[in-house]
Amino acid sequence: MERRKFISGTAASAAFIGIGGLSMNSCQNSGKKHITILHTNDVHSHIDPFPNNHSAYPNLGGLARRATLVDQIRKENPNTLLFDAGDIFQGTPYFNFYGGELEFKLMSMLKYDAATIGNHDFDNGLNGLYAQLPYASFDFLSANYDFTNTLMDSHVQPYKIYMVDGIKIGVFGLGIELAGLVSKKLYQETVYLDPIEIAQDVSRTLKDEEKCDLIICLSHLGYQYQNPQKPDDLKLAARTENIDLIIGGHTHTFLDRPTIVNNRKNKQILVNQVGCFGINLGRIDFYFDEGKQNGADGVSIKV
Amino acid sequence: MDLKNKHFVIIATLLLAQSCKESVPKLRNIEGQRIQINYAATPKDSVENVIAPYRNRINEVLDSVLAYAPKAISKTEGTLNSPAGNLMADIVMQEVNPVFAARTGKQIDFVLLNFGSIRSVISQGDITERTAYEVMPFENSIVIAELDGKAIRAMVSFLTKSSVAHPISGIQIIVDKNKSLQAVNIQGKPFDENRTYYVATSDYLITGGDKMDFLKEYLTLTDSDYLIRNTLIDYFKKIDTLSAVTDDRFLQIN
Repeated sequence: MERRKFISGTAASAAFIGIGGLSMNSCQNSGKKHITILHTNDVHSHIDPFPNNHSAYPNLGGLARRATLVDQIRKENPNTLLFDAGDIFQGTPYFNFYGGELEFKLMSMLKYDAATIGNHDFDNGLNGLYAQLPYASFDFLSANYDFTNTLMDSHVQPYKIYMVDGIKIGVFGLGIELAGLVSKKLYQETVYLDPIEIAQDVSRTLKDEEKCDLIICLSHLGYQYQNPQKPDDLKLAARTENIDLIIGGHTHTFLDRPTIVNNRKNKQILVNQVGCFGINLGRIDFYFDEGKQNGADGVSIKV
Repeated sequence: MDLKNKHFVIIATLLLAQSCKESVPKLRNIEGQRIQINYAATPKDSVENVIAPYRNRINEVLDSVLAYAPKAISKTEGTLNSPAGNLMADIVMQEVNPVFAARTGKQIDFVLLNFGSIRSVISQGDITERTAYEVMPFENSIVIAELDGKAIRAMVSFLTKSSVAHPISGIQIIVDKNKSLQAVNIQGKPFDENRTYYVATSDYLITGGDKMDFLKEYLTLTDSDYLIRNTLIDYFKKIDTLSAVTDDRFLQIN
């Protein structure tokens, strides 16, 4: 990891030197852009690091350490967004005692930009989630949960567009089917809609109408299921177009590196998930130029 | 300044801006990496300072010793019933029945929980409130469902086909070596299909969790408002030594 960081750091400074040399030409200058996307999933109220004697994750994780890493990366590249793919709640007494207050407070301190809603985020009911909203200064995104007839109505958006250094980034959220997974009395009148159909619609809107340069999906569907009927991130990637990155959750899948998947237009996109409990931070760097230097259409992916 | 020249400057700037806009940003390279969060990152002070009072209060409550377990209690020991499952179902029976009796004048006939809701092994050593949070982190409470004979039969069939040992208490199920049903006893008496029974279970299961569909057929439902975790904590406070074993409540005979 240290070596990789060093390499990407060097590449970034090389790019800045290149731009500096052309500083008199404003057009070409604005062309080269670097966007960093950081992400977590299924943190499950793990605010403290695991103890040193933990059998699986000794001395790993910890929100105050994550804060330091995020600060370092933002310092390196101010054009950074930070997302969470759901299941913020449930798993330590911090949630049982305080209902998610501290989780939202700290995510706001870390300047998270958005999160999608996982099944465990319903664990104290819609009332419990609603009660913690004042502590969250970030957006909640879900395109396939319809909250119209609930008190969460207007507090969750299907998507949001972030303008970062002139790059238009469309981000939308997807949640897992709630029936059979969450008690009805907790999710109440929340309506689950087919995530793949919704993703096809929303990504088209973001691409064709909103003209986004980058489209990111925050998914709490899960990485992969054998059941062909059960939506997962790999199926979502293969059956949609226009999405550049799927940030996944729910299955607590520790991917060593993002998975490259061909979408339905045979274009390579990334699916990533970084396990659970705040043990890892995912980092994806996108490099843009002004699109005129050469005719080639390809994107080089290094993971 | 000459007006014409000024115009020229503005127009030229606009044209320049326009030509800039036409160059749509083109994605060229993507790099991905996973960054482990470990000792190498120093905790950020301002974040630590926010966490500290919450952490201190929780530790104060959770770490006072309530009992002692001479031996680890696990749900994976045993096949048809397990020490952890038996302990949990027995605790629910013991702690919730007085609440149900006081509210309704009736008795719980048996308890049914789900294997998946036991979230952690109970390690050998001190038992604290923290132990209860580890075993049962979820905010589920006990409800008492009145089920008819048909639903009980469906439940027994579900349990005999299940690949995991769902916790039960107050009921005995006996199967033969082919797992075909030999006997069902409830409160020590043979199962009577013509009467109804009061079954204590979790609000997670009654609302469709783990696909225990027979629970949806309840005739009446009584909320105990008693969190499963709190039944554990209340029990731990009453005892000195915590132990549990497998027994004959779910039995396979040859």
